[in-house]
Amino acid sequence: MAGEAKTILAYSENPDTLFELLSEARELAGKIQGEAAAVLLGEKVEANLEELGAYGASKVYIVENPQLKGFQVEAYTDALYGVAEQVKPELILIGATKRGKELAPRLAQRLKTGCVAECVGFEVADGEIQMKRIVYAGKVSSLQKVKGKPAVATVPPRLFEKRKAEGKAEAVSLQVEVKAPKAEILEVKPKEVSGVRIEEAEVVVCGGRGIKSKEDFKLLGELAEILGGQVGCSRPIAADRGWFTEWVGLSGKKVKPTLYFAVGVSGAIQHVAGIRGSKIVVAINKDPEAPIFADADYGIVGDLYKVLPALIESLKKHLKKG
Amino acid sequence: MKIVVCAKYALDPGEIRIDPSGKPMLDRVPRKISDIDKNAMEAAINLKEKHGGTIQVVAFGPESARDGLKELLAMGADEAYLVVDPSDGRLDTMATAEALAAAIQKLGGFDLILCGEATIDGYAGQVGPRLAEKLGVPQVTYARSLTVEDGSLIAERDLEDAYEKVKVPLPALVSVTREINTPRIPTLMAILKASKKPFTLWKLEDVGLSREQLEQLSGIELVDMQGFAVERKRVVIKDKPVEEAVEELVSYLFKEKVLGA
Repeated sequence: MAGEAKTILAYSENPDTLFELLSEARELAGKIQGEAAAVLLGEKVEANLEELGAYGASKVYIVENPQLKGFQVEAYTDALYGVAEQVKPELILIGATKRGKELAPRLAQRLKTGCVAECVGFEVADGEIQMKRIVYAGKVSSLQKVKGKPAVATVPPRLFEKRKAEGKAEAVSLQVEVKAPKAEILEVKPKEVSGVRIEEAEVVVCGGRGIKSKEDFKLLGELAEILGGQVGCSRPIAADRGWFTEWVGLSGKKVKPTLYFAVGVSGAIQHVAGIRGSKIVVAINKDPEAPIFADADYGIVGDLYKVLPALIESLKKHLKKG
Repeated sequence: MKIVVCAKYALDPGEIRIDPSGKPMLDRVPRKISDIDKNAMEAAINLKEKHGGTIQVVAFGPESARDGLKELLAMGADEAYLVVDPSDGRLDTMATAEALAAAIQKLGGFDLILCGEATIDGYAGQVGPRLAEKLGVPQVTYARSLTVEDGSLIAERDLEDAYEKVKVPLPALVSVTREINTPRIPTLMAILKASKKPFTLWKLEDVGLSREQLEQLSGIELVDMQGFAVERKRVVIKDKPVEEAVEELVSYLFKEKVLGA
């Protein structure tokens, strides 16, 4: 198929992320006189061609194989590599879920090509696609170009909006070799996912290690409710203590509210990297040496268990209508 | 068990400053062993304590990485190998994986390669999976616990929507999360002893590669870098009664027009 239109392939095991990637791929394809295509992989695949077409796919490449039951990165690398070998795309976009982030570099290694992880934007200069990513804990934006073909890039979920437009997709079934993976999935324990999009909240009240019990997050909830915001937590609260499933920070959710409260959060650089887009950052911490104060606009040194109730009372008084 | 830990002597992002023109100042930025690599090291020590064997640390980086690798020797690694990167860090993850793979192959076989889920500077998380592909072994990423039994490794992976328990035959590569353990802080005695442990410096040629080869292989070209200087106001209210402190904060927030409509 080489020599035909330039193709931007989009793949994500998450359907919504795939739609977002396709929407962006369609726009990007327009700038390089190419077309966007989706890849669907699985033991059995049901392709909604109308929907995929509306979100931007001209073609939908389908690989069905018994080895693609469950997400096994070795098998998915085989499948995607097989598709890339036949389609010869310019660029392969993969959703930067954790599964996507382990698939993309393995695939890129097999394709002997460069991969840009967690791209936050694309630019086209002289017909070439350049990719932007954030490095050094959020301090630096780096514009990069992949030298060979195809380029591989991962794109964070919910970075781009899914946009419907006129379009029809054509299904193409591909036969590719998929070997039995060496790994075996023994058990999957789903997490309770809140479904709240903290990335879009105007006010975020985030709790850290200074919060003594899960119950105490009610206090943060109260403050968030008064301000019409959302509650979040830092990585130790979610990943160590397991009280929540998602956290704010470099390795979790990046937030950009108008007002951000860091309550009992020490302010590790990885946490600060996730809140850099905030307009005003307020820190409440009993340790005057906590690094968060250097990355906050306003701070109160004090016991959060005294400061929060007083702040809630004060805001109730000040924000009362009339 | 033969365990290899991959480590990076990374730029410490906390020390990076942005110059007035918006360019990051990357010269003379202090480096340190990437935090999560120490979790990988700790995981290796725990496995060695249980199953016996050796721990070899392998790194690709500047000659100064010797200082960082000494820390890992002090934690409990038996030997450290540093392949010197002649490019001043300009090579991409594919070139890095190539250099690490060559060093690991030169060391003979391995049962397990451990690395961090990502490094603190670039946070791309690519080298682990690339290395696994290059060496033709299965990969287990985002492991928050792991055990080894009868030649197989069982790990619990932390994915965004689930915890996934997987089993892979050895040899394999595992990347760990911060939560897997708390890395030990070496004692003074351990630090002194570490200076006597074997440390080997290799040039690229020593592992059968050349600078030209890696530069050609490196898949990424840097077009531009732009720093974000986020300056916070750093107004800290302290040593005041709680009510007073809170009123002061609220009045600041009203002035900033970030409260209510």
